[in-house]
Amino acid sequence: MTLSPSTPAAVPQHKKYFLDKFGITERLLERCLGEALSAGGDYADLYFESIASTSIGIDESLVKSASQGVSAGCGVRVLSGERTGYAYTDDLSPDRLLRAARTAALIASGPAKQPVQGFTETKTPSLYPAPAVDLDSDLSAKLDLVMRADKAARAYDPRITQVRASYSDELRRILIAASDGTFASDTQPLARLNVFVLAKDAERTARGTSGGGGRVEIDFFQTEKTPEHFAREAARQAILQLGAVAAPAGEMEVVLGPGWPGVLLHEAVGHGLEADFNRRKTSAFAGLIGRPVAGPRVTVVDNGTMPGRRGSLNVDDEGSATHETVLIENGILKGYLTDKLSARLMDMPYTGNGRRESYQQIPMPRMTNTYMLAGDDAPEDILRSVKRGLYAVNFGGGSVDITSGKFVFSASEAYLIEDGKITAPVRDATLIGNGPEALKYVSMVGSDLELDEGVGTCGKDGQSVPVGVGMPTVKLDKMTVGGTGR
Amino acid sequence: MSTAILTTDLSSLAADIVSRALKAGASDAEVTVREGDEFSTTVRMGEVETLKESGSRGMGLRVLIATPNGHRVASTSSSDFSAEGIDHLVSGALALAHVTSEDPFAGLADPGEFGKVEGDLELYHEDVYSLPTADRIDFARRAEAAALAADTRITNSDGGNFDAYSGRKVFANSRGFAGEYRSSSCSISATPIALGRNGEMQRDYWYTYARSLKRLDTPESVGAEAARRTLRRLDARRAKTQQAPIVFAPEIARSIIGSIFEAATGDAVYRGASFLAGRLGEKIAASSVTVIDDHTIVGGFGTSPFDGEGLPSRRTVVVERGVLTNYLLNTYTARKLGMKSTGNASRGLAGNPGTGAGNLFLAAGDMPHDEIISGVQSGLYVTELLGPGINLVTGDYSRGASGLWIENGQLTYPVQEITVAGNLQQMFQNITAIGNDLVFRGSVASPTLRIDGMTIAGE
Repeated sequence: MTLSPSTPAAVPQHKKYFLDKFGITERLLERCLGEALSAGGDYADLYFESIASTSIGIDESLVKSASQGVSAGCGVRVLSGERTGYAYTDDLSPDRLLRAARTAALIASGPAKQPVQGFTETKTPSLYPAPAVDLDSDLSAKLDLVMRADKAARAYDPRITQVRASYSDELRRILIAASDGTFASDTQPLARLNVFVLAKDAERTARGTSGGGGRVEIDFFQTEKTPEHFAREAARQAILQLGAVAAPAGEMEVVLGPGWPGVLLHEAVGHGLEADFNRRKTSAFAGLIGRPVAGPRVTVVDNGTMPGRRGSLNVDDEGSATHETVLIENGILKGYLTDKLSARLMDMPYTGNGRRESYQQIPMPRMTNTYMLAGDDAPEDILRSVKRGLYAVNFGGGSVDITSGKFVFSASEAYLIEDGKITAPVRDATLIGNGPEALKYVSMVGSDLELDEGVGTCGKDGQSVPVGVGMPTVKLDKMTVGGTGR
Repeated sequence: MSTAILTTDLSSLAADIVSRALKAGASDAEVTVREGDEFSTTVRMGEVETLKESGSRGMGLRVLIATPNGHRVASTSSSDFSAEGIDHLVSGALALAHVTSEDPFAGLADPGEFGKVEGDLELYHEDVYSLPTADRIDFARRAEAAALAADTRITNSDGGNFDAYSGRKVFANSRGFAGEYRSSSCSISATPIALGRNGEMQRDYWYTYARSLKRLDTPESVGAEAARRTLRRLDARRAKTQQAPIVFAPEIARSIIGSIFEAATGDAVYRGASFLAGRLGEKIAASSVTVIDDHTIVGGFGTSPFDGEGLPSRRTVVVERGVLTNYLLNTYTARKLGMKSTGNASRGLAGNPGTGAGNLFLAAGDMPHDEIISGVQSGLYVTELLGPGINLVTGDYSRGASGLWIENGQLTYPVQEITVAGNLQQMFQNITAIGNDLVFRGSVASPTLRIDGMTIAGE
């Protein structure tokens, strides 16, 4: 796991893509921005997006699905004080773009403003490869991945009765131009391999899932994380679940394993620290900067600059380079994740966290890769310290109520800890806590920081974006486990 | 102002793409074309916060190539309606079909199965787009204002919203099916925030959703209900870990009915990936439980004239007096199980058809809501569930919850930061009361529901 920031490199000519394919010239961008500010307003931006995606799936050892898709469009946004006007078009002809700009302009009412003359290109790193071709017509390598996954899962154990594996990738090209002179472009690959299996014995059926990827090309799955890796992991989980006992119910000590259990941070603190909720004072974390919100061993960052990671971005969806932002330092709340609007209205640093699902959506402050830094404790010491508790190493997902701070995350692989030893695996159970309080119970932090394998998709106000999470092994002295057992 | 682009007749376009696919070598083809307009506005603390208005369209092609042992299938989708874009859609799909496997169960439905429900299903109402922007903003403003005015403890707001949508969906295939329909919807909602005695905040929301402006509740009633729901959460406590009867409010109970549907879909059943697999004809729930999936209710939120494969919409009884009477099937999963499609195919622009519910509901019982509450000595009334936490393979169920504690048949103090857990197999059997308060606020609906024997985890 590399946690170092990447080296800046030459910016590829992404903007040529929209010029060549759709005839988007600088002159046209300026005209549209002028039209967007024709009724006043403080700021306007244009977000062009072109996406090409492929997916292929194997199911019952047959390749039952293969699909490819293309879409393109542009969103126009106008900001006026706290107001946002937004319109989009999937037709990139000049008259449609100007019409969208006129619709978005309606949010303001005043004399026309002039955009800044001339654009300044955002300097961006190269955190991931930038393939030249939109759609790869040769699917044989992708086909090979899902066939290998199918084979490896079936070979793992004769009790594996069903295997589904899918590979999907997309290439997103974006271009952003704003009335403040911002100009940025990027080519963003995203790939993922998923395996789902069922295991069956005389009494029970159980499921197992695994998957991963990132902003990588197909060679990642041939050399780093192979189909066999994901297939065996899914199969292992399903077989394990065949013998699982009821999860306990009630408050107890909880140890979370490294990696994907970092979804705890995403739900317990991450969302609550997105600036829009704090600007509106609707977050349970509003007004807590400088105050303790976690145990003294806890430092949490959001970092969009990690090479190849699912949550990483050379440039956010408002045209700014991404950052590493410290959210919690030694237990003290340090900062929020901002987009342009919230940074301006709150007079806070702009952290490059303005993201959106697509050109049809208004950008908001969103997480990138959110993780807790490693501590000093040996993972085995952490487990040994627990008299009776739960050791949770894999999760299905989570959710949070930003305002009350209550959050849940659902364990899909967990074990009982009895007298410092891992004993029986338990069935699925939800864990629940209160965001501003839960991390205060962190008493031990392991030295084994890991990031997840690249499966996270975060939903907020109906918009989904890829994210990463990570964590070392962590002990919480108290958390509520929602099982049915004792 | 609507920005929909209606330069082409979408039905002719769909038919044209089908015939191009056949010419290019497909044995069969299916085409979906969609277009839609959306409008949304948020008013927060009395001021317009966002205003969004736009339209878009997309098309999808699925091709099938007959082989000695079945069909190979593949699909493409695009937002590029130019001649070149359509060429790519067709050539891309055929190229992809050559890499997929021969599947003996793949293929379009049998000729006699296609069709549609005739007559006006009242899915589209022009009035959704009849109002000037200022009036739409006013709906959002009034809903929020009513919530803010309800009580001094309501000090903040996530806003009032007005949303409108209208769209058209076209489907055509190479077996002669061609159909299209328009639909519309609009909604008003409010999300107030209240401040409790110890400085703790709570939010809740309420909404009205309809296919026509005329059928919306007033913004004032939406705001008032949102305020009531928010205020009743204030100064919540936790509950002790225990087993106790749980009463699910209708807007929460419907998610449990949704789980019955998911577990009974053909896809989950033929794989053995559901606790309902192989249980057709068996008693899977209490005798009072009847679950129906009806795609034909006039004006319903889950109504359509035909399904995602061009089969006529219908009404399917999923559970009748506790007995599982039907799986929910599309053509593929029906063939896998040696059965007939129930007209439950759903479809996106790309990919193979899935399985979707229409108007799915638990038939009303005869108990008034208050009587269900008064029948509980000590238990939980759930008004919100949080998180995923449902395993349809095993039926294991464990979710975050908040609500009100019931003591001696009365709703008392609010509770939060607890979980409710059980197994859906037992939960369905342990449904001990069903309310008479069935109201469709969306496509899935349930009356108030009491389930015994679940575990509450808290302090």
